Amino acid sequence: MTNRIELATRRDFLGTLFSAGALVFAAGAAPAEAEPVQTTWNPSVYLGLDTDGSVIIVAHRSEMGTGIRTSLPMVVADELDADWSRVRVEQAIGDGKYGTQNTDGSCSIRDFYDIMRETGATARLMLQRAAAAQWNVSVAECRAGNHHIVHTPTGRKFNFGELVSAAAKQPMPRKEEIQLKPASEFRYIGKGVPSVDLKGICTGQAVYGFDAHVPGMVFASIERPPVLGGKLKSYNDAEARRIPGVEQVVVIEEAQPPYGFQALGGVAVIANNTWTAAQARKKLKIEWEYGPNAIYDSEQYKKSLLETANKPQRVVRSVGDVDAAFGAAAKIIEANYYTPLLSHAPMEPPAALAEYRGGKVEVWTATQNPQEVQTTVAKALGIQPTGVTCHVTLLGGAFGRKSKPDYVAEAAILSKKVGKPVKISWTREEDIRFDYYHSTSAMYFKAGLDASGKPVAWLQRTVFPPITSTFDDKEQYGSAGELSQGFIDVPFDIPNLRAENGPAQAHLRIGWLRSVANIYHAFGVQSFLDELAHAAGRDCIEYYLAALGAPRQIDFAGQNAKYSNYGKPLSQYPVDTGRLRRVVETVAERSGWANKKSGNGRGWGFAAHRSFLTYVAAVVEVEVDSNGKLRIPRVDLAVDTGAVINPDRVKAQFEGAAVFGASLALMGEITAADGRVQQGNFNNYPVARMNEAPYETHVHLVPNGALPTGAGEPGVPPMAPAIYNAVFAATGKRLRELPFRKQKLA
Amino acid sequence: MIRLKINGTDREYTGDPQMPLLWYLRDALQLTGSKFGCGMGLCGACTVHVDGEAARSCLAPMQTLNGKQVLTIEGLSANGDNPVQRAWEQENVPQCGYCQAGQIMQAVALLKTKPKPTDRDIDEAMQGNICRCGTYQRIRTAIKKAAGVQA
Repeated sequence: MTNRIELATRRDFLGTLFSAGALVFAAGAAPAEAEPVQTTWNPSVYLGLDTDGSVIIVAHRSEMGTGIRTSLPMVVADELDADWSRVRVEQAIGDGKYGTQNTDGSCSIRDFYDIMRETGATARLMLQRAAAAQWNVSVAECRAGNHHIVHTPTGRKFNFGELVSAAAKQPMPRKEEIQLKPASEFRYIGKGVPSVDLKGICTGQAVYGFDAHVPGMVFASIERPPVLGGKLKSYNDAEARRIPGVEQVVVIEEAQPPYGFQALGGVAVIANNTWTAAQARKKLKIEWEYGPNAIYDSEQYKKSLLETANKPQRVVRSVGDVDAAFGAAAKIIEANYYTPLLSHAPMEPPAALAEYRGGKVEVWTATQNPQEVQTTVAKALGIQPTGVTCHVTLLGGAFGRKSKPDYVAEAAILSKKVGKPVKISWTREEDIRFDYYHSTSAMYFKAGLDASGKPVAWLQRTVFPPITSTFDDKEQYGSAGELSQGFIDVPFDIPNLRAENGPAQAHLRIGWLRSVANIYHAFGVQSFLDELAHAAGRDCIEYYLAALGAPRQIDFAGQNAKYSNYGKPLSQYPVDTGRLRRVVETVAERSGWANKKSGNGRGWGFAAHRSFLTYVAAVVEVEVDSNGKLRIPRVDLAVDTGAVINPDRVKAQFEGAAVFGASLALMGEITAADGRVQQGNFNNYPVARMNEAPYETHVHLVPNGALPTGAGEPGVPPMAPAIYNAVFAATGKRLRELPFRKQKLA
Repeated sequence: MIRLKINGTDREYTGDPQMPLLWYLRDALQLTGSKFGCGMGLCGACTVHVDGEAARSCLAPMQTLNGKQVLTIEGLSANGDNPVQRAWEQENVPQCGYCQAGQIMQAVALLKTKPKPTDRDIDEAMQGNICRCGTYQRIRTAIKKAAGVQA
């Protein structure tokens, strides 16, 4: 099949040498001793060195555009002192031995940076020891440098390839023996190298899930229940079967709640090409029983969410006595905010190819989580996860959609049914109508200001159908994870503060989308703070910094709060308002905030937000003409991601996040009637085009030696509130609902 | 029978005349560089050149292509050395990369008619090509670089 993406093919070899676990090193001799010809030494599941000097580094995380397929291997190469031009990156299949491969939550660098460094450094030490043994000198005299080991006193050299056989016989060093490089000696870390996929992408050779191909494969197109939970009553496929090229029509059983990652079910046409399958599907005559979700209407639902948001709800964080403080406040301000459902709409819709044979299945797919593919497909077929081999292609965008492998289950089920390799490639309409939607939300805010305009009491409520409802249909309250995304962790130093969360029942599959609940929470919190600043007659950034208070670390102790901090301990990754302050001050300075005079249709807006352990502050310039048409000439983002490994790719992620955030703020909206999603393509679910996106985005990296944090997602949340705050500055009109294109400025 | 030239090679097609070129390229010829994104000519991921002009292959039925010359990303240059491709690499434009073949083919067509494009020219030519990763700023810079105009 694909020979253009390097798929890990040394499975057997790796499998025999290494047991489970991410950091298991070979503890014995090279297989050269056991087998007559073995040219590769694998000191780790992530690393191989060939006797010809080539270095193979395994990319176990999925590439969806962040550059991770380059950035993590680059870290190994740096610590190994390998010459990058001699490095070949191979994509891992799904396998628990790599540790988690779930490329989600902006955590690839923060979770694997140290492991990749240790991987490279361990192999380097073994090469040094092998050289020292051959020269009969001390290891301390043997230094690694650009793909060879040098005996420093004499200048003698071995290439890595020459040392492979001997290094493989070295005992595995203990962790405390490994010496990581000082930052001053980094060759690639903090500097970056061109993406390993750059050339392939620019020449059309890069392979995505949509491009997967094996001989003899057939193409499927599925008509799914139009309402979640709907059932097939009857169908007539006579007309569809008459179309030349159609091979068969098969039924996939409907999913049962909770839907999780199950295939949704429906009627599938199998044909000899994509087009014919899709055309024939249109000829199916199907009667559905729609089920209980057919009552779902997003306009009605919005009203009920707002009603819930305006009543007292379950407390998820409490400081001081908010109610008493409201009684004593000089001024009370209240507001509701609302955000709609969103669809991911990655440029490549979901696609998978599966070949079922003899109780096992091999799949090729664009997935963020190949191990979940194994689990899901195994469940769908009634086999063991180890019977599922998942090859990971490049992902044509994902944004969270491709960590949900319902589409891979479809391909696998169909391959088993028809006895051939089956390729499923969704249309855009299927992608938008059968998504795991970013949740809609309604929020309520109330603040009490003292006579000077300072906030002394703050009440906030959020209501949204939670992601957990996809996995347990009884769930109606926000999970700790969702509530920890910009809601529990409002960073303001306000003596009386209460956060509440109300229930909401889901009628669609709810899922995570780039930056998740931070999108609506940042929108509410950062818009409302801007309202307070204007009510107090103060500059927005000055007011924000005053509300933030003195630099401190928020520990949430005794505040009735379950703050999950993206799964990391606060001791390692504190909520540090000093770092937040620094990005705010940086963005103010770099955007020239102090000299901006908003008004007459031109305005500057500000927002700042910590998410995925990263601190981001945004200043957005907007121009709004008399017809309400909006332009974004410039965005400034100041960003503290801790240590930066691949600066150009970090910048690219924030440039992209500015567009993604602007897109959802200006135009993103999914609606439903009779339980069905009403949008289906880029005509009625528009996303930002070149002429609508910010004209230029300036990303200011704020140097910080702290542990690396997330880069893929945290640029998104501050965009919508910064844009809306800019609209207010430009026009005097306060908008409180997304998206912009549905609002009236007059 | 429909006869056409694809990347300089003569091809004969006898299937469903309504089938769009995109599926002939991808499913029959395994020229998968041209991508499916919308099927309605709304996103530009499938952009190829037909007789030298940018065209959405997802909307071009095979029956309209008799005697035509089709150029896809695979045939654009021998070694990825078209000036637009080079500029794309120099600016590190792609993120996920899925839309970029279409973007590059569109940009090459733009520079044929407007060798020194203004911002407005670029907006007009490129607004039919969606990039969900949001690489527009670098696309603009790369086009200007390939054209040798000030970014």
